[in-house]
Amino acid sequence: MASVIEMPLIRTRDLTLHFGGLRAVDGVDFTLGSGDIHALIGPNGAGKTTFVGLLAGRRMPQSGQIFLAGEDITRLPAHARVRKGIAYTFQITSIFPRLTVFDNVAIAVQTHGTKDLSTRTRAALARVGLDGLQAQEAQTLSYGHQRLLELAMGLALRPRVLILDEPTQGLAASEIEGFKSLVRSLVPEVTVLLIEHNMEVVMDIATRITVLNFGQVLATGTPAEIRASPAVQEAYLGA
Amino acid sequence: MKVWTLHLGLIVVLFAAQFWLSPYHSTNLARIMVLAVFAMGYNLAFGYTGLLSLGHALFFAAGMYGAGLPAQLWGVTAGPALILGILAGGGMAAAVGLLALRTAGVSFMIVTLMFAQAGYLAILYFAAVTGGDEGFTLPAAARSIAGLDLSSDTPRFLAALTLFAVGLLVSLALVRSPFGRSMVAIRENEERSRMLGLNPFTVKLVALVLSGLYAGAAGAAYGILFGYAGASFATIQYSILPMLYVLLGGAGTILGPFLGAALMFALIEVASGVTSAYLFLVGAALVALVLFAPRGILGTIRERWAKWLP
Repeated sequence: MASVIEMPLIRTRDLTLHFGGLRAVDGVDFTLGSGDIHALIGPNGAGKTTFVGLLAGRRMPQSGQIFLAGEDITRLPAHARVRKGIAYTFQITSIFPRLTVFDNVAIAVQTHGTKDLSTRTRAALARVGLDGLQAQEAQTLSYGHQRLLELAMGLALRPRVLILDEPTQGLAASEIEGFKSLVRSLVPEVTVLLIEHNMEVVMDIATRITVLNFGQVLATGTPAEIRASPAVQEAYLGA
Repeated sequence: MKVWTLHLGLIVVLFAAQFWLSPYHSTNLARIMVLAVFAMGYNLAFGYTGLLSLGHALFFAAGMYGAGLPAQLWGVTAGPALILGILAGGGMAAAVGLLALRTAGVSFMIVTLMFAQAGYLAILYFAAVTGGDEGFTLPAAARSIAGLDLSSDTPRFLAALTLFAVGLLVSLALVRSPFGRSMVAIRENEERSRMLGLNPFTVKLVALVLSGLYAGAAGAAYGILFGYAGASFATIQYSILPMLYVLLGGAGTILGPFLGAALMFALIEVASGVTSAYLFLVGAALVALVLFAPRGILGTIRERWAKWLP
């Protein structure tokens, strides 16, 4: 057994979910270290989104277990996991389009009680630089701002783990720079698990990388180790 | 500030209305205010939480019989009868919600409809107690509160207005509270809400129970103020009516239910004076509404001109 200090924040054991004959997640043993920026990469259809969906409780696994700081959360419903500190932001921006920017974040903030609601909401918006737009309807924001709003909603949950599903997709180069520094500023208080297709972003900010392929872990290591791995080269990077 | 002025202003205007309306019209206004309470409850479930129920007649009837039967059988007076009616409405909503909220969308409509039909048939089946189709008139003891005879015009009007004012201000405070925000979040995007730590089932159940408390209060008040309880109030028509009021006035607006109830009442009043096929005119008005103002009157006004309307 690992000592308390080395206990991973999230650990999965033999996690499996098949859709008919499709092995979306197939016996995944995965460890997320506290304070890491951990990138999950792999070809399309490798099972990345399904896997983080299992972590967040959006789907239930057929077998295997998930531990959050040593506690078995395999059967907890999604909303209970959120309250335990797993925040999930959607691949396709999923905000409340007809509500104001303020209300979007306030919904997340009030998960942890309603004391100082507006102060805490404004603080979460300020963190991503949207504090000037709080009265706007969310659907009127630019796409880049909507992604930031999505991130603010995740942060407002005060998560221990923030799961980001393709956060830079569709962002302009300048916005990606801002995003990278924002993510760096989150650790080590928040541990970040991100699915990302942009390899420059991954190699730049990730402290660890896990490669998924056909629902299985192909390799795990530091960016340098992953870059050097022949298996990964063959299956993914070289392709 | 603007918001409270508007809503308190409406209550003042309604209070003043009794002095210049004829007794006939002020009785109608009392009826409208009670039905508006029913519609406000419906609006909490449908307008704010997105629960399209076809079974609210059950909660209305639960309130009516929850107040009326104890009055009839054991001589309970108006005050306690009203409270019993409110609790019956809320309790019925809780029981139905625990089962029906396992479904959503069209299935939820059908399940709530079936519960309401079962309730209607139960009232007919237990005719020995409920009076079945014919119903029963409430005893005089059940129609007075603090020495005021609620079957006479002024006390009746004031009782209806009081209930309406309480219902209006409570629902205003509710939708502006954090829980109101949670209700809207569930309506707008349930999956996203779940990933923000909300338990959709709990939020929907609480919203439905609140809705049932309103419907129960309205049903009880209707029985007490107008002196009659009958199975016709448990029919599908009484599930549709609050929906129409809310759609007409504006779903998800605080004043929409009252506006819708008043206009629909007036429309039926005018149309039935013109033709015996007045439901045809009502139907035409609704088709026009859906085509040209699908958000209802206040919903459209809010969208175009008055974003601040709650």
